[in-house]
Amino acid sequence: MATEVLTSSEYIRHHLQNLTYGHLPDGSWGVAHSAAQAKAMGFWAINLDTIGVSIVLGLLFLLMFRGAAKSLHTGVPTGFQNFAEWAVEFIDDSVRGSFSGRSPLVAPLALTVFVWIFLMNLMDLLPVDWIPHLAMAMGIPFFKVVPSADPNATFGMAIGVFLLVLFYSVKMKGPGGFASELAFHPFGKLGLPANIFFEGINLIAKPVSLALRLFGNMYAGEMIFILIALMFGGGIGMAVFGGALQWVWAVFHILIITLQAFIFMTLTIVYLDMAHQTDH
Amino acid sequence: MNINATLIGESITFFIFVWFCMKYVWPPIMNSLNERKKLIADGLAAGDRGRHELELASKSASQHLLEAKQKSGEIMAAADKRAAQIIDEAKQTAKVEADRIFASAQANVAQEVARARETLRSHVAELAVAGAEKILRREINSKTHADLLTAIQNEL
Repeated sequence: MATEVLTSSEYIRHHLQNLTYGHLPDGSWGVAHSAAQAKAMGFWAINLDTIGVSIVLGLLFLLMFRGAAKSLHTGVPTGFQNFAEWAVEFIDDSVRGSFSGRSPLVAPLALTVFVWIFLMNLMDLLPVDWIPHLAMAMGIPFFKVVPSADPNATFGMAIGVFLLVLFYSVKMKGPGGFASELAFHPFGKLGLPANIFFEGINLIAKPVSLALRLFGNMYAGEMIFILIALMFGGGIGMAVFGGALQWVWAVFHILIITLQAFIFMTLTIVYLDMAHQTDH
Repeated sequence: MNINATLIGESITFFIFVWFCMKYVWPPIMNSLNERKKLIADGLAAGDRGRHELELASKSASQHLLEAKQKSGEIMAAADKRAAQIIDEAKQTAKVEADRIFASAQANVAQEVARARETLRSHVAELAVAGAEKILRREINSKTHADLLTAIQNEL
């Protein structure tokens, strides 16, 4: 919206559009320049902003923690090592609290999920216009900086968790055990179709709720930031009020992003714990 | 807001990150935490042990002190006894020595007396003879009375 005048709805739509790379209608591969173009690309397209930001943030997390892990010593910890150890201890406590089995995967999984999602959510606190404007200045039509406000990212992670749940269910209970858990609960042998129906919903609900909860919260949060940002165009009084509102919402959002990351992590641990439980 | 292949990419990224974290991030941090925990526990245990040993040491020190006091008392008593004994012995020896010296002095004196008497006796005899000689020179011939004089001399 640097040069052309935009209506409010166009402004909002612009902010909510991902930078999509895919098959253009004219037959070539490229970046979609409008929402309709992006939609027309179908499934085999990729949101460059979502995947790019999430990979950068994930690498940031891994490199920082790897750096801390490399420079570890048993003396008095300082600086980032202190923080990393605190985070690891916090996650370890959470895992011990919710996960009854023993697994080398769950705790690092929880750490990754928590910090990664937290960093993704943190992008929400960047003022909503900065990154899109910067991108526009660089000739990039769209740039949505919050990966967790893109359902692709949240569903991608939820599917990852879901696959782990399936893997550990089969591994711990055996294919037969897992199948019988789906087929013979809660109504016994006679209620087989109903059992499959209910347990199937129960199973599918896990990744769906996981993904939608995070997505919904982040999307709504971003939407409110965008709406507040709209007020900046409505005269000096509205702008000051909008600034105050944005500050208040940002402070509140600090809580939300941490909480959402924590909920995602805790539910991941709980779901994996359920997958590890052999008696239903 | 379309669901597209980002989903797959995100899942793959997710697994790679989790794998990396599980392989290279979590274990070293956890190890160092456990190591530090052990270090601290060891330190605390060592502190406890040190305190305990200090307690024991102070107890044994006071015990030793008590023993030393007792022993020094014993030694002092023995020394006193010994001193008294030595004094007694010294007194005894001194007395014996004094008696001996006294006896020998007495003997000496007696001897001296005897010798003096002997000398005196011979002198008295000579004097008597000289006196008698002077008296008798005039009237008596000493040669004629020599046997008489010898008899007197023997009587003394």
